[in-house]
Order: sequence, then C-alpha cells, then structure tokens
Amino acid sequence: MEDAKKKKMTAYTKQTMITYGMVIAVYIICEICMHTGKMSNQMKGLLVPLCYYAIMAVSLNLTVGILGELSLGHAGFSCIGVFVGAVFSICMKDVITVSYLRFFFAILLGALAAGVIGFLIGIPVLRLRGDYLAIVTLAFCEIIKNVVNIIYLGKDSNGLHFSTKDMMSLGMEEGAIEIVKGPQGISGMPSDANFTIGVLLLLITLFVVLNLTHSRDGRAIMAIRDNLIAAESVGINITKYKLMAFSISAALAGAAGVLYAHNISIVKAATNNFGYNMSILILVFVVLGGIGNIRGSIIAAVILTLVPEMLRGLQQYRLLIYSVVLIGMMLLNWSPKAIEWKAGMIAKLKKGRNKKQTEKQAD
Amino acid sequence: MSFITYVISGISLGSVYAIIALGYSMVYGIAKMLNFAHGDVIMVGGFVVYSLTSSMGMPPIVAVVCSMIFCTILGVAIERIAYRPLRNAASSLAVLITAIGISYFLQNIALIIYGSSPKIFSSVITIPPLKLADGALTISGETVVTIAACIVIMVGLTLFINKTKAGQAMLAVSEDRGAASLMGINVNGTIALTFAIGSALAAVAGVLLCSAYPSLSPYTGAMPGIKAFVAAVFGGIGSIPGALIGGILLGLIEALSKAYISFQLSDAIVFAALIVVLLVRPTGILGRQIQEKV
Repeated sequence: MEDAKKKKMTAYTKQTMITYGMVIAVYIICEICMHTGKMSNQMKGLLVPLCYYAIMAVSLNLTVGILGELSLGHAGFSCIGVFVGAVFSICMKDVITVSYLRFFFAILLGALAAGVIGFLIGIPVLRLRGDYLAIVTLAFCEIIKNVVNIIYLGKDSNGLHFSTKDMMSLGMEEGAIEIVKGPQGISGMPSDANFTIGVLLLLITLFVVLNLTHSRDGRAIMAIRDNLIAAESVGINITKYKLMAFSISAALAGAAGVLYAHNISIVKAATNNFGYNMSILILVFVVLGGIGNIRGSIIAAVILTLVPEMLRGLQQYRLLIYSVVLIGMMLLNWSPKAIEWKAGMIAKLKKGRNKKQTEKQAD
Repeated sequence: MSFITYVISGISLGSVYAIIALGYSMVYGIAKMLNFAHGDVIMVGGFVVYSLTSSMGMPPIVAVVCSMIFCTILGVAIERIAYRPLRNAASSLAVLITAIGISYFLQNIALIIYGSSPKIFSSVITIPPLKLADGALTISGETVVTIAACIVIMVGLTLFINKTKAGQAMLAVSEDRGAASLMGINVNGTIALTFAIGSALAAVAGVLLCSAYPSLSPYTGAMPGIKAFVAAVFGGIGSIPGALIGGILLGLIEALSKAYISFQLSDAIVFAALIVVLLVRPTGILGRQIQEKV
C-alpha cells in the first residue's frame, strides 16, 4: 500500500518536474542566445508576448480542461488586468520607485480585480451549461471591452478624475496626467515587464494550476467535469468548486494582462487583442495542445505564436496557411475515420516489423 | 416622429439579424454545432454581388441569385469537407475549432482577393423611399425590402418545415438523430440541406446588410454573425419564430440604445440584455426546457 502510494507520487512529481524543467530550460537557452547576440530583435520582442500567451493558455485550460466548461471570454479578464495594472503603475510611478516592487503590486492588484470580477460574473453565469455558457462569456468579454472604451481617467493635484464622455469633461488642471483616454487607450506605463518576470509569472501560474489539479479541491472540480449529477450526489458543493476554478482562471488571466500592458507603450481595447477573437485564439491553443493537458497548452501557445511570425515572409498568405493547418490538424486528430486509419497504419507497421524479426530469427 | 424612425430602423436591422439567426438556429438545432463561419458566409455573399455588379455589370437581381447559388454550394462544401468527418468526434470542441478555422480561411481568402480597405457597396435595391404622414416620415426602399424579405422567408420556411417531407425529416433529425436514421431518413443529406438553406439565407442577409450599410470588408460578417447568434440564443435556439423574435428584439434594443443611451455602449447593452434573458429563461424566450435525466 505504502509502496503503491510512493510510486504514484513519483510519477506525478516526474510529470510536473518535466513541465517546470521544460520552461526553465527554454528560459536558459533564450538567455544564453540573448547574451551571445544570437537572437534577432524580432525574436527578442516576442519573448514577453510568448509568456503572456502561455499563461493565458494555461489559465484557460483550467476552465476548459479541468472544469470542463467552454469559456469564450478569457480575453475579457486579461483586459481587466491590463487596465487595473496599468492605472496602478501610472499612479504609483512616483510613489514606488523600485520597479520590481511596483510591478509586483500591479500584478497582484490586476489579478485580484480580474478574480473578483470573474467571481461576480461566475455566480449567475455558471448556472448555464455548454454552448450557452460559451455565448454568455463571449458577451461578457464584449461588454468589458465596450465599457473600457468609454472610460476617461486623469490625475492632477486634486486627485483622480473620472468621466464617460471625453477628456475635456474631466475639468483637470494644467499639467495633469491623462491616464485612460477612452478609445485611444492607455499609455505611459513604465516598461517594467521583461522576459525573466514573464517566465517567473508563468512558473507561478503553473504552480497554482498544477497544485490545484492534484489537490482535494482539484479532484472535486474534475469530478464535476466528469459527471455533475454523480458529483452532486456524493456531496460536492458544485457552485463553490465551479466558482473557485473560474475565478482562479480569471485571476491568472488578469495577471497575464498586467504583464502584457507593461511590455508595450499603448494598449487599446480592440477586437484583435481583447475581443472574442483573442479569446478564440487562446482556446485554439488549449484545444490543439490537448484539453486538460497543461504542458501541451504551453507548447501549443509557443508554436502557434511563432508559426505566423516565422511565416511573415509570406505576408498575406500566412494567416491563410495558419487556418488551413488548423483545419487539417483538427480533422487529422479528431475525425473518427482518421483515428482509425492512423491506428491501422501503426498496426501495419508493427506487423511488418514483427514479420521481419521472425524472418531474422528463422534465418 | 424620431422615435418611430428609430423603431423602424431597429426593425429593419432586426430583420437582417433574424435572417442570419435562422441559419445559425437551424444548423444548431440539427447538427448541434456552433457554425462560427456563418457570419463569414454573409461576407462572401456580399462580395459575390459586389464583384458581379461592379466589375461585370450584371443586373442586381441576377447577381443576387448567383450569390445565393454560390453561397449554397460553399455552405454544402464546408459541411462536407470540414464538419462531416468530425460529426462523431469524441470532443464537441473539435468541430467548433474547425468552424473557427473555416472562418479565418474565408476572411483571409477575401483579404487576399479584395484587400483590407472597405469597398463601397452600391445598393442593389432601386425601390423609391416610402413617404408617410405628408413626408414627415420617410422609409427607405432598403428598409421596405428588408422587412418584406424577412416576412417572406419566415413564412416560406415555416411552411417548408411543416408541410414538406424534407422539412419533416429536418425536424426528425433535430429531435433524435439515431431514431431518424432508423426510420430511413438520410441524416447526412438532411444536414447538408440545412447547411444549403442556411447559407442561401446568409447570402440574402449579406446583400441586405450591405445595401443598408454600404461598406464591405473581409471582416464585415464577423460582428453581425456574432449578434445574430446572440439573437438566435435570445429567442431560443432551434426555433424559427424564436429567431424572428430574437432578431427583431435585438435590432430594436440596438437601435434605441444607440439613439437614447450611448452610441459606444450599444453593443454592451445588447449583450447585457442577452445575459438577463438567459438568466431568467436559460433556453431563451421560446426555447424548450429540457429535463435532465440521470
């Protein structure tokens, strides 16, 4: 009994160690390439976004893979993180001068805000199931994007000013800082994010998600995914665990958003970065990496972000190729006929090899 | 008077949503999948008419018919190539992602052929505007045609589903696919027919949409597609009168909130209305309540 438990533990530890090791190894390789000057500027610019996409994919996998609910509004939560984190950093620029400390608080605040909103949204929404949940989360994502686009926020010696009309109606003194400028977005964040922080945040995300999955709570969440009625009948509190997974996932997305905001100079809440398009893109990472497979999400996020960038030489054809690859991969991986065909081919190969071996033995 | 104008423009917009929502609703009811590419078929329909009328000088009516035929073939081809192999896949997410892939594919094909700058779509509708109440109230020809087309399509489709054998087969497949196939119904053929009808309707919706809002780009279809899907869910997905009610309500909410509340927040208000409806009636206004069996 004791032995069996030990073996199981080591298998799990091995798997998680491989995941952490993979991230750390890639980080070390990238750092070496950067210091020896082997990395192009284009690649350097991609490092932080890669961390962002990987964190988004891992956190969405918590909702889609572990909780088993389809969410199309993940980008909305990162949008909250972006704006809360960026506003905090701009306001605190002169108060907290140590950039690491300021960024730490920004991430904490962004994650907290996104988590709280995820919790509040989750209470009514998680009662719905399947495709209905998908469309409602999509709707929430669009609402967040729309609301962010009408916010105007500025700061002068009298404190913060807020309006939903335009910059003029804030009535600020001269020399005030314009923080959020409605559709023009938010600018002037200190560029606190770098690759090291990105990787650290990814490791923290992995730590949270992997530990949750292998805890008592995580097993309860997976029981709900596998059979809601059975889970309810053995006394698992459905609402509590659903909300737990959903708000943790939202909080991690918020933290990722803070990272994203501090890596670029201007953030606008547009369809491409915080609309449903981005939510869908992240979902594609999760599905292609394997639903419920955390390591797969990271790998898929990295490859699928790099592929369109590598194809940049092909200009306008790159997204076309991307879409064809996407369709082809789905057909090949999920179609029952393709699966059967693949299994048949593998069986044939094995048969052939066995035949050769027996022939050899006969010789 | 301005209130009535807003209401009419809302009904007109809502009629377009209703026609698109029908395609979504029928496909969801029968194939049980979210066809994310539906919105992009609208865009394709618009571009076919644009090319035929502006560069080949075809008369608008012929162009619209050609566009419907083209979209029908496109819809059936998409179903055959991308969706049918995945119908019995282990995860229902697989076909959703494939639909997203098709959506990207259509957008990027259009981007390569026509470029990203919006094209000006000359209206195909030549009916003079209606003047009511001594000219105080003007209803454009586009609005008249849109509302009329919506009514004709709704009545026609209801009759088709209830009175013809193919329509009854559709109902049977949406009710229980396995039982329908045991009764000798060609399930694959019925699903293909649904895609054909949905795509032809999308072409009509594309023409009406572009006539009312005369600008056409590869991304034209995306947002109306999402909103029409919201309309379908609003009214109860899988139901034809539901799509009509959902579409019209959505159009009205959008037009009135644009006029009286806030132009930028109108989308947010539309989506908030959806959430409220779903919380009160989790399967939409006319959706059937499904009992969960253990």
